[in-house]
Amino acid sequence: MKSWIAFWNILLKDMRNYYLKPPNISWGLVFPVAWTLMFFLKSQTPVNVRELLPGVISLSILFGTTSVLAVTLTFERRSRSFERLLLAPLDLNFLMLAKTSGAILFGMVNAFVPVLFASLMTSLSGLQWIPMLGAIFLIAVTSTLLGLFIAVSVKEVFEAQTFSNFFRFPMIFLCGLFIPVQTLPLFLRPLSYILPLTYGADILKFSINQNGHLALSLNFVVLLGFATVLFALSIRNVKRKWIY
Amino acid sequence: MNIVEVDRLTKKYGDLTAVDQVSFSVHEGEIFGFLGPNGAGKTTTINVLTGLARPTSGTAKVSRFDCAVEIKKAQQIMGIVPDESNLYEEFDGFENLCFCAALYGMKKNEREKKAKDLLEQFGLAEAGKKPFRAYSRGMKRKLTIAAGIIHDPRILFLDEPTTGIDVASARQIRQMIQNLNRSGTTIFLTTHYIEEAERLCDRIAFIVGGKIVRVGPLDELMREVQQENVLQLAFAEGISNLKSSLQQEFPDVVVEVSGNQAIRLRSSRPLNLTPLMRFFEERNLPVYEARIMRPSLEEVFVKITGIELERMKQEKEGKGKQ
Repeated sequence: MKSWIAFWNILLKDMRNYYLKPPNISWGLVFPVAWTLMFFLKSQTPVNVRELLPGVISLSILFGTTSVLAVTLTFERRSRSFERLLLAPLDLNFLMLAKTSGAILFGMVNAFVPVLFASLMTSLSGLQWIPMLGAIFLIAVTSTLLGLFIAVSVKEVFEAQTFSNFFRFPMIFLCGLFIPVQTLPLFLRPLSYILPLTYGADILKFSINQNGHLALSLNFVVLLGFATVLFALSIRNVKRKWIY
Repeated sequence: MNIVEVDRLTKKYGDLTAVDQVSFSVHEGEIFGFLGPNGAGKTTTINVLTGLARPTSGTAKVSRFDCAVEIKKAQQIMGIVPDESNLYEEFDGFENLCFCAALYGMKKNEREKKAKDLLEQFGLAEAGKKPFRAYSRGMKRKLTIAAGIIHDPRILFLDEPTTGIDVASARQIRQMIQNLNRSGTTIFLTTHYIEEAERLCDRIAFIVGGKIVRVGPLDELMREVQQENVLQLAFAEGISNLKSSLQQEFPDVVVEVSGNQAIRLRSSRPLNLTPLMRFFEERNLPVYEARIMRPSLEEVFVKITGIELERMKQEKEGKGKQ
């Protein structure tokens, strides 16, 4: 019970101090809109909004979670307020779950911004909501843990941003968000399959357009595996680098 | 009973040995001073005791919990006030205290009541609604101390609590430390203000270059360096002409005239006051004040560690301003 009080208050604190701040809210709105507009402007033929939706949802979650978690954790480390959390009688796994839960929620909320915009432009009937929600949750979890991995690896806030982009931009092209993995050059495909977003985007494609190319159960198992491994790696890194 | 027990603790960072085979204990209910220059290993020792660092070898225990194994149990009973105020800039004083209490699992009404009481007690009730970033340095320190004790810890680690703050706030903080100790909280204090340690601490450890060079009660440390007995006497009228007769009467005593109305007597043996008083009485010279001069902790520190105190202060305060 005592741990849950701490968990809830850490989540509320992060929500209030970081995630509900106007710049972060606008990031959640502007980013998906900008991506969608880019396709509208670039395309010579009418754009199928439903075709774009899996990619835009994935990107909104990826950019939202990794940016915010990596930056806020690095900021808290710099200001030493993160020490206050490490000094509290909370199990480290539990503490890191509390710290990441805010970013996961933020990522999930971000995911629904493009869904909302899409619903204004096209019919969203026939969407398979259960696998879609599962995918949104697991993409948010794995992206958040990627943000945590980045936060543990850097010391300065600007490094967090630069390092995040090092991972994020290649993922846009490698994870089948807008370019199907099957059409990528053969030598790049193994890279696609070691990135969790590939599996998340595939579930979204299945849920929205029924055109995923991997088995749904395989996608979920692999994403859960990525989430577990990334969490374990992050905790190991936190212990190694932050508890000297 | 010991609340802290450190046994042959060593902490290495690569090739650098920050703490080297350190052993000491802190008795429950005392104010324990941990003194040393910059880089001596004070903060590293605190970090190991509080769970921010792991020992390379040796053990550190708080309330019998091994800090390397059961740190979460030990953290339940400890409060920590780091050398820099690390509360949340966006929160006001009340919210900061409530958040810190929540980290220890305190329920909403309980933590709000405690936060209000502490703000009142620390003279911050007015500032309770201001964001932390708008606080003065002294106010920040006070609120950080309040956050450290919100869960009623049995031991409070205070790292340089008065560095870089104004005289009035420092005085208030010292008073708070004494009050806390009177109410039963053990205090583990690191400071570079030797006079502060002298005023507050029951026992002191000097740490230099990662090693403890001396640990013991204040009186004991002072006796150790006291090589001679010094008595200072003050008179209502001039006594400079008495020096030679006094020296003749007491050949074992070195007489120094200090100003026109005071003398200082030095002896390797304890000074017997009765013949001295008789000497002045016979000459109709009333003694207004007699003071046994003891070495200050500052002298003890310099003698034991060989470190110039002024240099240590400058280093610390320079760091505090950064």
